[in-house]
Amino acid sequence: MSALRIHVEGVGLWSPQLGDFDALRSLLDGGSPPPPPARPAAARMAPNERRRAPESVLLAVEVAGQAVAMSGREAASLACVFASSHGEQSITDYMCATLAHSPTELSPTRFHNSVHNAPVGYWTIAVGCHEPSTAVCAHRASFGAGLLEAAGQVLAEQRPVLLVCADTAGSGPLGKVIGGEQPFACALVLAPAAGPATRARLDIQLNAGGEGTDLAPPLSGWRAGNASAEALPLLAMLARGTGRCQLAAGPRLGLQIDTEAVA
Amino acid sequence: MMPLAVAAYTATSAMGHGLAAQRETLESMRSGLRPNDFGSAPLPCWIGRVDGLEQAALPAEHTRWECRNNRLAWLGLNQDGFLARVQQARQRHGANRIGLFVGTSTSSIGATEEAYRRLDADGNFPADMQRPAIHAPHSLAAFVAAALGLEGPCLTVSTACSSSAKVFASAQRMIALGLIDAAVVGGVDTLCDSVLFGFNALELVSTQPCRPFDVARDGISIGEAAGFALLQRVEAAPQAPRLLGYGEASDAHHMSTPHPQGLGAGLALHAALARAGLEAAQVDYLNLHGTASQKNDEVEAALVSRTFPATTRASSTKGFTGHTLGASGILEATVALQAIEHGLVPGNLGGDTPDPACGPSFAWRNEHQPVRVALSNSFGFGGNNACLAFAAAGFAA
Repeated sequence: MSALRIHVEGVGLWSPQLGDFDALRSLLDGGSPPPPPARPAAARMAPNERRRAPESVLLAVEVAGQAVAMSGREAASLACVFASSHGEQSITDYMCATLAHSPTELSPTRFHNSVHNAPVGYWTIAVGCHEPSTAVCAHRASFGAGLLEAAGQVLAEQRPVLLVCADTAGSGPLGKVIGGEQPFACALVLAPAAGPATRARLDIQLNAGGEGTDLAPPLSGWRAGNASAEALPLLAMLARGTGRCQLAAGPRLGLQIDTEAVA
Repeated sequence: MMPLAVAAYTATSAMGHGLAAQRETLESMRSGLRPNDFGSAPLPCWIGRVDGLEQAALPAEHTRWECRNNRLAWLGLNQDGFLARVQQARQRHGANRIGLFVGTSTSSIGATEEAYRRLDADGNFPADMQRPAIHAPHSLAAFVAAALGLEGPCLTVSTACSSSAKVFASAQRMIALGLIDAAVVGGVDTLCDSVLFGFNALELVSTQPCRPFDVARDGISIGEAAGFALLQRVEAAPQAPRLLGYGEASDAHHMSTPHPQGLGAGLALHAALARAGLEAAQVDYLNLHGTASQKNDEVEAALVSRTFPATTRASSTKGFTGHTLGASGILEATVALQAIEHGLVPGNLGGDTPDPACGPSFAWRNEHQPVRVALSNSFGFGGNNACLAFAAAGFAA
């Protein structure tokens, strides 16, 4: 089987240490990028929506906005694949705690914000996108499996796709079981053909390997602390420009990705 | 697009275990809904509960996946010879050449709810609930992958009530690209406090059995279901019904209310027709999302009226099963496939006094006629819309 070839036009990134993709590049170049403000700006949302939005929505909208801006594409024109291992953990914690003690007091707003597709729903509303949108997961392999789903859409339908992967930190008794030390979010705008906005070309091969490429500190610690940070081997490679990395797409499925920088 | 064979399929819901029970329930126009008897403090509503789950423990080798949702998945996989069909496909193609794409809205959150009811003195999960894999939305897909021994691409789609319709699209793309040779698609959602009390908080639950498209409808009844299908290239199962097309689109309107003109629903439906190479008039049967919520049914009835001639028959089957949320896409896909297989247009159970907005396409009672092309609509929170197009083997658009 030949490799899946897709093109990266934009990259978004947000964590408590790195406010965007440039910050990762600066870090890997030996710099000390200043940390971003504590709350993602999520500038694409209307202010009233932003105030009420759960953290998972802010994370996703922030990195989606960064990647789309870098690509120069119209946000409303992009199909959306939003991945997350656990969705909004604080709402799951709230719902389960409330249901255990006073179920009839459950908040209707928090309930409809609990769906796994809340972030992509808010994004499509914020940018007026009527294209296909989906919300997916594959536990620790959510980024790899989401990338494969996005590549499938890019190539089978010959359309540009916005891929977002975001997870919040763990919360409450649930957080103690499933982990999650800090939030992490990233996004890619992917296209079928090379164009003026192309920054890198990815050749993706499926293989049987399950583990992601080794990382050095502090990236290794960030990856251990958030399922969405499993994207870091690819993000680091994009920051360097060229190379090969391995991502998990499932327990017995891996993605081997060769990257070529496109000036 | 490249059509696919639906080489095998199965469903388990309040209509019964497996396709024969489902067909018999549809033929008899008998609702599977019952007064809510789920949980310790049941709300006054009706539910579509699957019988026998409490006694249907998982086999010993799968104990670590124990929870109501995975039990229903296992019960569903064991109907209609489906497991054997997947084993045959695995032998033919190899475990890493079969994808697994399942939809769920809440997966095994019922187990997480239980853990919170049984926190220990230090506020931690009890020992038997210290199982991270069942407290993730991927629990269902991970369990089914383990149970079927599949090692290809494996993905959970969780877009609320369109989830297990969209899995057909993901599978078709990967087969068309040659990444896999076959796919198991499906979906499972089970009754849990999150959805019962959540939809109740949104004031979307009826105190009576749901009445889709009835003028006096006043909300949904929540149900549970498991459904699966095996998709292969047409050459592998030339006599099987086909997946001809799919459509997906976003409302960009509101998190819990559909677009007032059904914009995304219409885009998804027309995308499915276009991919299938179909004109609307070629559609014999349309299984509607038809939840019995005020807004959904109003918007969807108008969509039917402006799109289809009276020869296209349309109905919601949620009066039989309740709204099975993330499982409704696959469950109603199996109803559409049975319509093709048996020439059965199921009646719109519960619509005793039709809403005047419903046009002549609505089948209020069962009709028996050849069905060559059948569509299924699925719409979810967040304005997430999907439509699937199926046809009989040998149908040429």
